[in-house]
Amino acid sequence: MEKARPLWANPLQFVFACISYAVGLGNVWRFPYLCQMYGGGSFLVPYIIMLVVEGMPLLYLELAVGQRMRQGSIGAWRTISPYLGGVGLPVGGRNFGQPLATVSSAQPSRLQPGLASVVVSFFLSTYYNIINAWAFWYLFHSFQDPLPWSVCPLNSNRTGYDEECEKASSTQYFWYRKTLNISPSIQDSGGVQWEQGLCLLLAWLVVYLCILRGTESTGKVVYFTALLPYCVLIIYLVRGLTLHGATNGLAYMFTPKLEQLANPKAWINAATQIFFSLGLGFGSLIAFASYNQPSTDCQKHAIIVSLINSSTSIFASVVTFSIYGFKATFNYESCLNKVILLLTNSFDLEDGFLTASNLEQVKGYLASAFPGKYSEVLPQIRNCSLESELATAVQGTGLSFIVYTEAIKNMAASQLWSVLYFFMLLMLGIGSMLGNTAAILTPLTDSKVISSHLPKEAISGLVCLVNCVIGLVFTMEAGNYWFDIFNDYAATLPLLLIVLVEIVAVCYVFGLRRFESDLKAMTGRTLNWYWKAMWAGVSPLLIISLFVFYLSDYILTGTLQYQAWDASQGQLVTKDYPLYALAIIGLLVASSTMCIPLVALGTFIVRCLKRGDTPPVA
Amino acid sequence: MSLKENFKPYGENAFKVRLSIRTALGDNAYAWDTNEEYLFKAMVAFSMRKVPNRETTEISHVLVCNVTQRVSFWFVVTDPLKNHTLPAVEVQTAIRMNRNRINGAFFLNDQTLEFLKIPSTLAPPTDPSVPIWIIIFGVIFCIVIVAVMLLILSGIRQRRRMSKGPTEVDDSEDKCENTITIENGIPCDPLDTKGGHINDAFMTEDERLTPL
Repeated sequence: MEKARPLWANPLQFVFACISYAVGLGNVWRFPYLCQMYGGGSFLVPYIIMLVVEGMPLLYLELAVGQRMRQGSIGAWRTISPYLGGVGLPVGGRNFGQPLATVSSAQPSRLQPGLASVVVSFFLSTYYNIINAWAFWYLFHSFQDPLPWSVCPLNSNRTGYDEECEKASSTQYFWYRKTLNISPSIQDSGGVQWEQGLCLLLAWLVVYLCILRGTESTGKVVYFTALLPYCVLIIYLVRGLTLHGATNGLAYMFTPKLEQLANPKAWINAATQIFFSLGLGFGSLIAFASYNQPSTDCQKHAIIVSLINSSTSIFASVVTFSIYGFKATFNYESCLNKVILLLTNSFDLEDGFLTASNLEQVKGYLASAFPGKYSEVLPQIRNCSLESELATAVQGTGLSFIVYTEAIKNMAASQLWSVLYFFMLLMLGIGSMLGNTAAILTPLTDSKVISSHLPKEAISGLVCLVNCVIGLVFTMEAGNYWFDIFNDYAATLPLLLIVLVEIVAVCYVFGLRRFESDLKAMTGRTLNWYWKAMWAGVSPLLIISLFVFYLSDYILTGTLQYQAWDASQGQLVTKDYPLYALAIIGLLVASSTMCIPLVALGTFIVRCLKRGDTPPVA
Repeated sequence: MSLKENFKPYGENAFKVRLSIRTALGDNAYAWDTNEEYLFKAMVAFSMRKVPNRETTEISHVLVCNVTQRVSFWFVVTDPLKNHTLPAVEVQTAIRMNRNRINGAFFLNDQTLEFLKIPSTLAPPTDPSVPIWIIIFGVIFCIVIVAVMLLILSGIRQRRRMSKGPTEVDDSEDKCENTITIENGIPCDPLDTKGGHINDAFMTEDERLTPL
């Protein structure tokens, strides 16, 4: 006997929630980078193969588990392998078609990916919302003319620009100094930046507003967070393709470099990108699917969501590359203009005589006619190359907040484009945050203990408050370095392990045949042989190989290093992590990974103790 | 140029000027000729006249030479008696103070009309008293807080109405009817949207007796 589980008002809301969660910042700032690094058009080959072999089956599995178990991740996995004896059966989850007796003799739970998912989701939501805070910061600053990152501030006696800004660029200066106020290394923590703290508070309030009422409010919000980014991307696509130099970027991206297909890193990165882009293993998809009607056709939804996610990545990279092309062409032409100016001034040539087309000829002529003077000027002449401008591949926050802003400041009506762009980033970020918080909240609201004492508004409020307070760490001066630590290590290895355990649990512990018959009874469709083959064989092997690769990569790299901003040079320098940072990294990875064996051990011990108790009663 | 012997083009009181007319004006560029030079000398003399003790500077005191194709040239300002050049510092101050006027006369700006060795004072950025971003932040913050309050209050009111409703029907049996039964893992609410009170599997009172 339990209260009616809240449901999505219609299946479309569920699909939109999944799309809104899966289509996130990674599609916009990681996929274009991978495409550029691993051979442009030819990267699509491993990407699509991995999508079909790894992405769709795993997504279908998570949705099916959530829909079948109708609980958040902890309850769902507890149901897969139920307890014995004193703990009793989990609430609301009886395997239909099987009487009570058979259930209690089933295998005890030795695998507990549920709690690990919640821990990983907790880490993720702690650091992910700071990106939304930064997006808010840039959004609010976009309403100025000129845009604050387009000009350097003046130095103290107003004869020139600020030194740090001169050495770096104005967009880098705005990001590293005005937004982050970054310290030279991770050891100098500095204080909490109140401006960033305010933006973080606002970001958490917005997230709270969206999750306040559970699926009722989330279901309405996802219409916006799923659809608006596409509107902005389409607008940007039209604008991007009409920019001067966009075709350079697109040609660079789409010319396939087929030799990259032989590079194993391309395949590994394709698999990793599909894996993390769909958001598997966090428990969010299980949470979303648990609010479904049991008869929903989750196979169709899994295929739709994964296809939409991948096409969004490709679409976003078309937009990104046209913007790259514009920026690269602009920089190339500025570089050329600087060389032209230098030569014109040194040799007192007529203004306007030197153009990009006759530059090489004139350089040759000057070298022969005035060799002495030419060799003086030669060191200052930079070799301008469009290729090298295009080849600067950036990912992550650097792409969004430095490269894109640089391109935007050169567009006409730059305030409008800036507002649109950061609004889109916000929608993407908040959409993903809804999924992250759902993964944490659903197990909490499902648990009898907590939900009987507190209404769900209070539970959501507490979760948001705790995350906000912890998130203030990322607003400190060294906050961006901690952000990078969390971004790189909190989710990668644990997730692989969690999903591996998920597949093994469903296929081998619960039993693939049992799951198949449950699905058939629930949705009325038979399971295609393809899914069975993938779940039982191919996907686990793929994940194991990914896991082994990452582990060996971490071990072989030795001491871990990070990029620190050096204000005096105006560029990033590589530094080693101090010991305590390494310890925290280890703790991050261990805390979520260890949940699985520890809880399994715990239940095993409890079960043994219970078995020890029963004989005297009998 | 009259005083070649006293006027060394690269002397310490001479300044090099560089104009980029075609860059600034494109197709509307004018050609640099002696008339434009005359205007330049006039502007320099005008600037010098604004300096105390130099109000008697004439156009003829400004000497221009080495005009190149670029367009660039050197100029120097001599004193009224024409036997020495005015110190660079004075000329520099004078030009700096009147830079805008000089630029305006030629339709150029600080980058296209360059006085080498005279740094231009950059315009200070206009800083509004309250940064714009705080205003927008405040507006959005207030909207979000109001929306959160509204949602919480309506949730509380809804819950209060629901808990008052069943207590009016004070049957103990009805309390069981409010919870949804689970049959084989599927809640019964899809069967009947009113809340599962009526089990359609059973016949009602009326139908038990076959009608006549």
